[in-house]
Amino acid sequence: MAIETTSAGILGLIAIMALVTLATRFGGVFLMSFVPISPRVESFINTMASSVLIAIIVPMAVEGDLGALAALVATGLTMLALRKPLPAISAGLIAAAAVRYFL
Amino acid sequence: MPLARYPYRFRPHKVRYEFFRLMPISMFVMAFGAAFGLAAAQSGLAPLQSLLMSATVFAGASQFAMLDMWGTQISVLPMIAVVFAINSRHLLMGASLYPMLRDVSPGKRYGLLLLLTDANWAVAAQEYQNGRRNLEVIIGGGLVIWLTWIVGTALGVYFGGLMQNPKAFGLDMVLGCFLLAMALGGKKSPRVLVAWLVAGSASLAAWKWLPPNMHVVVGALAGGAIGFFWLESSGKTAGEKQEGAADGH
Repeated sequence: MAIETTSAGILGLIAIMALVTLATRFGGVFLMSFVPISPRVESFINTMASSVLIAIIVPMAVEGDLGALAALVATGLTMLALRKPLPAISAGLIAAAAVRYFL
Repeated sequence: MPLARYPYRFRPHKVRYEFFRLMPISMFVMAFGAAFGLAAAQSGLAPLQSLLMSATVFAGASQFAMLDMWGTQISVLPMIAVVFAINSRHLLMGASLYPMLRDVSPGKRYGLLLLLTDANWAVAAQEYQNGRRNLEVIIGGGLVIWLTWIVGTALGVYFGGLMQNPKAFGLDMVLGCFLLAMALGGKKSPRVLVAWLVAGSASLAAWKWLPPNMHVVVGALAGGAIGFFWLESSGKTAGEKQEGAADGH
């Protein structure tokens, strides 16, 4: 099935996109409401949460250019040293910009 | 059946505080919004259509993917599959907030999930790891990100990109750096580091060999499996530790 990109068609496509995205926003919480929260489930949730971040970042570092890699390394080191997000992110952006400018 | 009780108390001043706290990062969201608005205009979307999409879908990566599929007609099922796959990380993000969200009435629970996105979720998840309950950041932070996403889209649609080459300033890396800072600011233990190693490897493997857009869910579930089988020896989890602290200020 295909929808033509006329005005009405586009509105329909946007509505479908919005509903699918909404289902992903609601779905996890809805399913969890049927799961009793045992210490094991809580441990799963907590480890999974930070793993989401890692799973987003690692392919970004591998796929990206040298600037992307420099940004992540600079952010990581600054964050470990200072434990403050804003300087860490700034260091990352400066590293990316510098690598892309000079290399 | 026991009475349903929803002990989580939202503090309005905290919502305002989080709105302004996430304002710096939302400036970058605005830059992405401008990039989307420009790309959408070039793909042939009318200004109001782009704005409507940003306002109702509010998920950047899937909106860009939609533009890749744009043509005189669009196949619905592949589009649903792509949008679902890219946004499936929301399923896990929402689930990770459930220990807090079960203390909120269903109306408010699903209401605040409308504003769930990477950056405000990352803050809430990190603070939960550190023993603080912060659902206000989902509302206040989500609101400022949603507004700047729409404003950014409008800027891109009506004025073109904000700058010629955002990549030269490293702006494409803002979200990645932000998420990394959030991950490193959370609780670190041998268990968590093993989980990250597994999550990173699984994500990379899925990214290389599985169909596109599945790596986040695969990696996150693999990392979560470590937590499922390897429990913290102290027996006290972040969720229990801060029950008492939640009443403070």
